[in-house]
Amino acid sequence: MFINRYREEKLFRALLLIAIVITLSSLFSILFHIISRGISVINWEFITGYPEDMGRSGGVFPAIVGTFYIILVSIAVAAPVGILAAVYLTEYTRQDSKLVRIIRFATETLAGIPSIVFGLFGFAFLVIYLKLSWSIISGSLTLACMILPTIIRTAEEAIKAVPYQYREGSLALGATQWQTIYKIVLPAALPGIITGIILSIGRVVGETAAVLLTAGSSLNLPGSIFDPARTLSIHLYLLTFDGISFQMAYGTATILIILILIINSLANFIMRKMSTGHNC
Amino acid sequence: MHELIIEKLLLFSATTAIMVVCLISIFIFMEGLPVIKKYGLWHFIAGQKWYPEQGIFGIFPMIIGSFYVTFIALFIGIPLGVGCAIFLAEIAPPKLARMVRPGIELLAGIPSVVYGFYGLVVLVPFIREHIGGRGFSVLAAALILAIMILPTIVNISEDAIRAVPREYKEGSLALGATHWQTIKKVILPSAASGIITAVVLGMGRALGETMAVILVAGNVAVIPDSILAPVRTLTANIAIEMGYAADDHARALFATGIILFVLIMLLNLLLALVPKKAATGE
Repeated sequence: MFINRYREEKLFRALLLIAIVITLSSLFSILFHIISRGISVINWEFITGYPEDMGRSGGVFPAIVGTFYIILVSIAVAAPVGILAAVYLTEYTRQDSKLVRIIRFATETLAGIPSIVFGLFGFAFLVIYLKLSWSIISGSLTLACMILPTIIRTAEEAIKAVPYQYREGSLALGATQWQTIYKIVLPAALPGIITGIILSIGRVVGETAAVLLTAGSSLNLPGSIFDPARTLSIHLYLLTFDGISFQMAYGTATILIILILIINSLANFIMRKMSTGHNC
Repeated sequence: MHELIIEKLLLFSATTAIMVVCLISIFIFMEGLPVIKKYGLWHFIAGQKWYPEQGIFGIFPMIIGSFYVTFIALFIGIPLGVGCAIFLAEIAPPKLARMVRPGIELLAGIPSVVYGFYGLVVLVPFIREHIGGRGFSVLAAALILAIMILPTIVNISEDAIRAVPREYKEGSLALGATHWQTIKKVILPSAASGIITAVVLGMGRALGETMAVILVAGNVAVIPDSILAPVRTLTANIAIEMGYAADDHARALFATGIILFVLIMLLNLLLALVPKKAATGE
């Protein structure tokens, strides 16, 4: 009886260890496989050059520019709206009001909708109905809708974590509610809010399906936000799906992974700073 | 006055999410419903043939394909993910857990198209050479999806396990139960609602994933007869054909989007029911 119990204990520890080893080794094998083959493709010419022959050779500069355009515009739209929404949800209304519950439901729904459905919506509403055609603005607005839940949720958490005494002190000094939020609460919540924005950037960088249907896949360098563009993710998808060039695909995938590595460590760095800052 | 304007602005921002959800529903249904009405809902959902050039739109193979791939992904992903969550919350020393967590975050951050690319260059040839078939298969798609839904399952289950009151665990250990008995009989049942939430969210992610699946699934619009047969999911159906579809064909793709949208809404509804049930169960 006793022996069985301890055997079981050992067995289960071994199984859990196997689970974590499988998980981490799949991560490392993906990273290793792609980076080891892609890193040799990346050089100055690859980063600053233009694709030639549909992307069989040359560089990925337009895709890099397209990616950054789409990041900037979608964050510029989603961040203010998301932060203000979070302020409303945390500071201006009771948590159990009907409106708040509907907003919460809508936010959760938005977070669950598959990206391809966002793509269909962006295509029907922005590209066709609003006549924005396949462009950076259509792609960015679609993505802004997609990342809105992430920004709202992280901003809400950050605002909630600001100690209550801060607000009371400010209000006691005669500041209005908005002054208190603008000058006291938001600055204190800033690291958490920025972390949410950085994570959203990660999602924008990685998104493909929604952008494919809304931003087009032009190989040209976009001149304005009304031009079509392709992001690095779309470039990788087209290189792979159409079997154009696996070598270039490895290079593009490596750039994407490096971008995500930078984004994740930045988010972690700010998070850690924030938690130490609060302890002081 | 100033304050009042700001409050209105805040309210407006807060309702954006509602407006977006409404706009999405309106536009997807507006574009997709005509074709469902024209050919009949039953024919559309239960039709086994998808020949868009001849105006035959049956998405039954894609519905089966989506669920086939999703369930196998869950079958692999749930034990792995919950195992990792138990390990991180209960076994691993805090230092080790802190080292593993960025790895899980990285898994969540890697773009889906990169997963798809990896699946195409590594998994598909591996399956073709060592297991059989052409490689582009249900199995390849499910394996890639299983890895992709791991972060969702691990993070939410881990939170749920950590939220179990310390006293429960201490009481069980004090009664002489081993660690595993405590986990199996006390911690996991208490964390059940959180773990179910994790699984449902993971399922939503797997059903909605597009790019990773397209690159490894083979995309043949026929009901797969084995795990090694090629498969096309609802998402892939839209993404592959949207580029060149016109008229009824394009509308049929929007209608595919409606089915996907409704499925995800049903999952969300299920999610809203989960915590209540678990709470009354205690």
